[in-house]
Amino acid sequence: MSRDHVLHKVRTALGRSAGQPPAPLPEARLAVPDMDMETRLSQFASALEALGGVFHRASSPDDARSRVASLTGGRPAVASNAAFLRECGISSLPGVRSGLEDEAELRRLCAAADFGITSAGFGLADTGSLVMFSSGEEARMISLLPPVHIAVFPREKMLTGLDELFTVVPSPAEVTSSMVLITGPSRTADIEQILIRGVHGPGEFHVVVV
Amino acid sequence: MPARVSLFVTCIVDQLFPEVGLAAADVLERIGYTVDFPEKQTCCGQPAFNTGYRDEAREVACHCLEVLAGADYVVVPSGSCASMITHHYDELFARDPARLEAVRRLKPRVWEFSKFLLEVAGVEDVGARYDGVVTFHDSCHGLRELGIKEGPRRLLGRVQGLTLREMDIPEECCGFGGTFSVKFPSISGGMSRTKIESIVKTGADAVVGVDASCLLQLRGALSRDGLPIRALHLAQVLAAH
Amino acid sequence: MEMSTAPHAQFRETLADSGLQDAIYSATGRLMEKRLATIRPDVLPDYQELRERAGALKKLAIENLDYYLEQFESNVEARGGRVVWCRDAGEAAEFLVKLAREKDARLLTKVKSMTTEEIGLNEHLQQHGLEAVESDLGEFIVQLARSRPYHIVAPALNLTRYDVADLFTRTLGVERETVPENQTKIARRVLREKFLAADIGISGANFLVADSGAVVLVTNEGNGRMCTTLPRVHVAVAGIEKLIPRAQDLAVFLKLLGRSATGQPLTVYTSFLAGPRRANEADGPGEFYVLLLDNGRSRLLADREKRQSLYCIRCGACLNHCPVYRKIGGHNYPWVYSGPIGTVISPQFLGIAHDPWLPFASSLCGACAEVCPVKIDLPKLILELRGEVVKAQSREGASRLERLGFRVWSWLMRRPKLYELAGMMGSLVLSGSGDGKWLRGVPFPLSAGPLKAWTSVRDLPPLPSRSFRQMWRTRQAGSR
Repeated sequence: MSRDHVLHKVRTALGRSAGQPPAPLPEARLAVPDMDMETRLSQFASALEALGGVFHRASSPDDARSRVASLTGGRPAVASNAAFLRECGISSLPGVRSGLEDEAELRRLCAAADFGITSAGFGLADTGSLVMFSSGEEARMISLLPPVHIAVFPREKMLTGLDELFTVVPSPAEVTSSMVLITGPSRTADIEQILIRGVHGPGEFHVVVV
Repeated sequence: MPARVSLFVTCIVDQLFPEVGLAAADVLERIGYTVDFPEKQTCCGQPAFNTGYRDEAREVACHCLEVLAGADYVVVPSGSCASMITHHYDELFARDPARLEAVRRLKPRVWEFSKFLLEVAGVEDVGARYDGVVTFHDSCHGLRELGIKEGPRRLLGRVQGLTLREMDIPEECCGFGGTFSVKFPSISGGMSRTKIESIVKTGADAVVGVDASCLLQLRGALSRDGLPIRALHLAQVLAAH
Repeated sequence: MEMSTAPHAQFRETLADSGLQDAIYSATGRLMEKRLATIRPDVLPDYQELRERAGALKKLAIENLDYYLEQFESNVEARGGRVVWCRDAGEAAEFLVKLAREKDARLLTKVKSMTTEEIGLNEHLQQHGLEAVESDLGEFIVQLARSRPYHIVAPALNLTRYDVADLFTRTLGVERETVPENQTKIARRVLREKFLAADIGISGANFLVADSGAVVLVTNEGNGRMCTTLPRVHVAVAGIEKLIPRAQDLAVFLKLLGRSATGQPLTVYTSFLAGPRRANEADGPGEFYVLLLDNGRSRLLADREKRQSLYCIRCGACLNHCPVYRKIGGHNYPWVYSGPIGTVISPQFLGIAHDPWLPFASSLCGACAEVCPVKIDLPKLILELRGEVVKAQSREGASRLERLGFRVWSWLMRRPKLYELAGMMGSLVLSGSGDGKWLRGVPFPLSAGPLKAWTSVRDLPPLPSRSFRQMWRTRQAGSR
């Protein structure tokens, strides 16, 4: 059997025996800086905008809704089932389809929609990233298939960076089968190193922090 | 009594560029050292080591160890050869405890020329004068194994009449690489041309380095291309006055 | 004294192609600049500590690999995924073909993966009537051109927009389009259909996380997410060396990978995938397989020194900083892995007799080791391999002349008087014309040896009539 064959070869090469415990690991290297919310938000905004994303700061859930409404302008959009989007009234904006349960329908709508609207598990200030946890509330394809992605989340979700993420969520696999960090719009530089946005994923990326 | 230093000039300087060795001796004497030249020295063994001939490299390294054993300080006008002794002899003699011990005793006394001036002699201004514009080439082993970066620039900065103009790729390899230069002449030659383009762009009339082997490569290519740019060892610039 | 086994004619062809030379030099140069901008001490003060830690973690993972492999396996299976162990390329391909038959799958979409390039997976699948479409733009182009990646992270680095225009017209039947933005749109349109229709998504893995049973993928275009979200089945093909111990260690590795590869603090999409979709999840693949590939890696592990070449996270920084890669490009290397890391791993995978010249094609400048995010001592490994080639050739009686040369050299270097005499004789032959001019060529019989190679591209200094030691004697006599 290949399993035993490979493991046997590995053990022989390393001079180890089956069941032998590994050498101890150093403590994980995680340093969470002490950073106030204002700094987090401004770091996030400048990192996101350097990548070609657009940062929106909403003063209230209503403000978030009207910002999203002016972005979509009633054109076809799919919103995830995130409770926060409902609380903001975004799920019921004109042109927005939400509350979808059937996967085939979700796929069809996402492939045709102009906008995908999601919330986010966390934001990461230093890199301008979103952390998306796949769940019943957040389908993966909403942030992936439409040409424009709009993410709306409350400011309490803003973490300083990767180190804080892995401190707060030391084991993402316990939470979800898919954690995705999104850092700016989809891009490529594969032809003559020329930067082009929107290859397969969304080329336009808006983040609304409430 | 002034301190005594022993020059290990390297085989390239001995056979091809004796003026570099003499310049190094002049500078050291000018700042107050007594310089000697252990006459039995030949080569550090690097050509064989870098070509995969470990046994031959070891034989020559043994000879080198014996020749330099009695020196207070060994000054080497080459980052690459100095680093051969201080960074690679350990590996070469890993299974020879007696010689490994000799290496451990010798290592702290072996200094590349510019590092010796700055870190042992503590001298930055050696009273040199050189009228002209120069650019500085960072030799790979000096830079990456011995951390020689700012030192030579500080020394050049104190030379009267000299203007240092940096090239855009000072840290890129000149393409010499020992036997690489003759095993892969087209690649080696191509690398030297990239470097030369960068040198030419500075408008300097000389390129300065701390390794005679890079200067051999660069000057060989400059000469072939008919470019009137000199390739000088740092010691030659510091000896001028 | 050119190395007789090396493809010098090909090198010269690449060196003479000024367009290609510019493309390689400027693309790698830009990647170098971008990297530097993201690791400068003012933006990433702990860069060196991160490298230190990343190297240490990889060392621990590799030296206890059997443990982490089993831990990974049990975590994948606990979450409903399956681990398939593959001894070689054949077993991996065989499994995929069987799986495709079982699932009645025709179309497979792929995320860029050096490991699947290594095992020639696409060719295997094609032979069994399966269509495997590369979805990274660069890889898509390379696949259409029926070529192989030119660079670990920039596969189509050698092609211009005009090459791409011709290629798209010829293979996709579209109108000639030379604007990269529009070319990208064409690829988006073609591949979008494939993503939506694909039955199986195949990816590699940037990391396998032992404590989570997770596959980590980083991409910029979104193709990685497409291939691991839309098809019913996700298969990750990964070398066994990809293991890292803990999810939390990603905080170290992710900070280094994007910066080293493309100068991005994080690539656009970082996917942490742990098993098939769960009951409460809205979408994602229902089946999740990880193919753990040996293909020679366990043999590499046996070498205590050289096993560090398995720490590699395939960022490509060593290629960008290698002056040799920057001259000869990716296709003059004998295998899919090019640049310094290719120089080190190809001989270990293929055997040193396959391309005995390869370890010698380096000036040992050390730029690669300086930028390696996991601190692989590449020049040291290159030197080790040179020693192995020399030993092997000695056994086979090859390179006799070179060996004899070094025997004579060693003998002479230990006899200072004779060494001096030899130098004097040399200076008679290579004395030049006395005006200090350097020599264009050398007289017979020296014109057959290394000096011929030297003077093929450079001039040679005339040997001075007196060596340093002779001048020194005069100097000391005068000063007394």
